[in-house]
Amino acid sequence: MKKALPYIILVLLLCWHAVMFAQDRFPRPEFETDYVYPEHQMPTQRAPFWQYIDLAVLIGALIVTTWLALKKRSRQGLLWMSVFSLAYFGFYRQGCICSVGSVQNVSLALFNDGYTIPLTALLFFIIPLVFALLFGRVFCAGVCPLGAIQELTGFAPVKLPKTVDVVLASVPFVYLALAVLFSATNSTFLICRYDPFVGIFRLDAPYTMIIFGVLLLLAGIFVNRPYCRYLCPYGVLLNIFSRFAGKHLTITPAECTNCRLCEASCPYDAILPSNTEQVSEAPERSRKRFILYFLFIPLFAIAGGYLFKNLAPALSGVNSTVRLAREIRFEKESGIEAVTKSALAFKEAGQTEADLFAQEEFIINRFRKASPWAGIFLGIALGIGMVSLSIRRRRTEYKPDQGKCYSCGKCFKYCPIKVKSSNEV
Amino acid sequence: MAEEKNKYQSRRDFVSKAGKLIIAAPLIIIPVALAKKTETTGYVWQIDPFKCTTCGNCKTNCVMTPSASKCVHAYQMCGYCDLCGGYQRQGVKNISTAAENQLCPVGAIDREFVEEPYFQYTINEDLCDGCAKCVKGCGDFGNGSLYMQIKHDICVNCNDCSIARTCPSNAISRVPEGFSYIEKDKRKK
Repeated sequence: MKKALPYIILVLLLCWHAVMFAQDRFPRPEFETDYVYPEHQMPTQRAPFWQYIDLAVLIGALIVTTWLALKKRSRQGLLWMSVFSLAYFGFYRQGCICSVGSVQNVSLALFNDGYTIPLTALLFFIIPLVFALLFGRVFCAGVCPLGAIQELTGFAPVKLPKTVDVVLASVPFVYLALAVLFSATNSTFLICRYDPFVGIFRLDAPYTMIIFGVLLLLAGIFVNRPYCRYLCPYGVLLNIFSRFAGKHLTITPAECTNCRLCEASCPYDAILPSNTEQVSEAPERSRKRFILYFLFIPLFAIAGGYLFKNLAPALSGVNSTVRLAREIRFEKESGIEAVTKSALAFKEAGQTEADLFAQEEFIINRFRKASPWAGIFLGIALGIGMVSLSIRRRRTEYKPDQGKCYSCGKCFKYCPIKVKSSNEV
Repeated sequence: MAEEKNKYQSRRDFVSKAGKLIIAAPLIIIPVALAKKTETTGYVWQIDPFKCTTCGNCKTNCVMTPSASKCVHAYQMCGYCDLCGGYQRQGVKNISTAAENQLCPVGAIDREFVEEPYFQYTINEDLCDGCAKCVKGCGDFGNGSLYMQIKHDICVNCNDCSIARTCPSNAISRVPEGFSYIEKDKRKK
């Protein structure tokens, strides 16, 4: 037996699979006593029925939050809603399933035939967007556990300079474009991988994740909701949908008297002041500028597409197959032996290099097709952002910037106008 | 002047209405496009033990500590050997249950005498941290009855399983709920 061992190992290395199937080296025992084979313990997943409970909780929480923000106008209530969502979606459900990540499931399902999306993931993606289109970003106000943990830890808001804010606010667009690109090409789930708070929800994570999460929370004490404002990719979608919201939270319950008391109350810089005193520009001039900026949109789109098309090979490096192929090629060219676990497994598995390189080529081609669209999206977003700068609207009241407002209700108490509810009269 | 304002007002209304329609369109298009690709039951992650190379990533890469991926035992395949490649460290002087002789770094394998010369090996799943050392030992020198599986009562079913992401042999894949485990002894028959 001992002498045969090296040969067994050799055969094992040569054709792993074949050996695995014929691994019975020792005969199964014939027991003389009445020995019974123990049963396999294969516990099952939490029943699928519970997923629909999650869904019901999501819808219920959205309805309650909407009522609290738009009708009841209670900051206290919204805070308790945050506590509930943090406890349920955060600590009890451990941050999965979440709407932020569901973007990737949708894009994976849209562009890959092999994957069918669970109904709950699809609905977790759609429902908050529907609510954003109807009532603004109520999802951010009290349902999203990531938002809740930051809302509850933002004690001492500091205002960032406008320029810094604008530059940082463009990061989520890039993040969204890359996350959709990577999941559409079945490479990686970027958002889940760099989710900062899931480690805190599970009380267990790699230390890098914990450090990132804790640093964000520490920064969030001063610069409130840093993840929501400067990273959250789902926030980009909510931002766009909320701009067209049918009904939205208002700062004042009745008519605005322009008292300016709410002006500095918003930690997210989401209050649009009234600008009746602003000197208006000659319409001719502003129209010209509008047209000029409008023409920039296709220009930016083309530039973005071109840039990302050229970035495709570099971006495809996130795909593990592409990385493995590059490593094997490097080994062939330089003679330095590949030592990563995947390279070793590749050699054991007996797949041919030609196969691997063909796969690599296929994936890079997918990236070449897909990544220009990410660039075009970013170009258009930048262009529309510039156009919106050139539009000057006359406002006679203070109102929330529907894209940026998280409907958190911090501004309510600053408004001196009170409306007595009907039962008090 | 009043007319002028009216014109702007109606134009603004038109733009916002058109915007609303354009924006609402994806909310209808996406579910319709995905109607055929939607499944009511969920997904789980599954290890194919026939692809597993026992690299040890399961222990270090799972988001849970200890890992949700653990060693399980297909008793029907086991040789019930006295000298077990999955239990004893290589080159031990005498076969015993002494800690220094055990391959498992956390002592998660229980060795019980059944009858001469057979011993039953049971995995204590509360202790097992999924390092796969015993799986390697059993695969190299035994019947391969010890193998890795993801325990679904522990697995939180991440969107992007962090073991699968780094699994060198792509042994971990997303499968429909009903196919949670590949039971090695049953698959063989």
